[in-house]
Amino acid sequence: MKSCLIVDDSKVIRMVAKKILHELTFTTAEAEDGQQALDYCKGTMPDAVLLDWNMPVMNGIDFLRELRKLPGGDHPVVVFCTTENDIEHIQEAITAGANEYIMKPFDSEILQAKFSQVGLL
Amino acid sequence: MRPEDFDFIAKMLKDRSGLVISRDKAYLLESRLTPVARKRGLKGLDDLVATLRTAGEDLLREVTEAMTTNESFFFRDIKPFDQFKAMVLPQILANRAQKKSFRIWSAASSSGQEAYSLAMILKEEGAKLAGWKIEIVGTDISTEMLEKAKAGLYSQFEVQRGLPIQYLVKYFKKTNEMWQIDSAIRAMVQFREYNLLHDLKTLGQFDVVFCRNVLIYFDQPTKSRVLENISKIMPDDGLLYLGGAETVLGISDRFKPVPDQRGIYSVTRAGGPTTAVPPVGFGTKA
Repeated sequence: MKSCLIVDDSKVIRMVAKKILHELTFTTAEAEDGQQALDYCKGTMPDAVLLDWNMPVMNGIDFLRELRKLPGGDHPVVVFCTTENDIEHIQEAITAGANEYIMKPFDSEILQAKFSQVGLL
Repeated sequence: MRPEDFDFIAKMLKDRSGLVISRDKAYLLESRLTPVARKRGLKGLDDLVATLRTAGEDLLREVTEAMTTNESFFFRDIKPFDQFKAMVLPQILANRAQKKSFRIWSAASSSGQEAYSLAMILKEEGAKLAGWKIEIVGTDISTEMLEKAKAGLYSQFEVQRGLPIQYLVKYFKKTNEMWQIDSAIRAMVQFREYNLLHDLKTLGQFDVVFCRNVLIYFDQPTKSRVLENISKIMPDDGLLYLGGAETVLGISDRFKPVPDQRGIYSVTRAGGPTTAVPPVGFGTKA
């Protein structure tokens, strides 16, 4: 079973994502911001990270840059999941080491399509 | 819906497009044609059928289009495109090394995603195809879909189903809330109105034909006829793609499955071998 860390400051989004990921047979953990996510990854590296961009304390892109510097930090497949939907943000995410990018709103079909594209399914 | 109304619409659809609607799919008429009825200021399906009986070409066409328009997405099912890159394309490049040209057909191209997916793959090959003349032709019976395909404009939802994010960045531009595929990619594909039930010869010859998830809508004799017609516009080493739920087995002897390549079929000529022989480049794990 693969593991996915859901990072989003919205409880509703985390709940929706969790439900979809469980259906795709992932185990899940949750974090409310980038710092919490980073602390989690220092303990356990997940196989995948579903990552919001705008969050308090530490945002998604800063988390991603820090994650990729950690030992074993290149292991998780990182899929952004954000309302930021312009080319510049997407480009910045890819440069920082994101593997895929979902523009909100999303549904289970999009999440499934993106996860299978990056080989998680 | 009255049985005679159902029969009337079902026959009209079959004659015009080959689409077979069985009685258990009557709900599809309701869901797809009610918007058409409303657009015309008609109350509902019953009124629409009454109008259809004396209607002109415009309405008949609109109803056919509404019923035959099916969703499409970029790199649908992924695997066929991986096969295209890994096996089909190298084989064509080897077989056409002298001629340096080949043609691909996306049959029932809908809003164009399959044709554009192929165009992006070819674009990625870059230098390897320098000096080659490659044509990608997409055909559909729906003028509305053809217009959409030509414009290359897709919603945020559409560009997220199957399209890798790197390709979105590389080959699309955001215009307001829509994403438009690059003019260089658009220029690689021609879209034409064409009915698969008609004579295909004027389309010319195609080395690779994508006819995926089309036959499932036809009855057995129509499937056989369409496959036969397609085989006539393919060279002996041509390759045909069908959808995951489709096959030629028991339907047509014009094609045979390519060993170890699910969904791909090679052309059989009358009097040719009945057992499948892998074409050059398709190694059966020796």
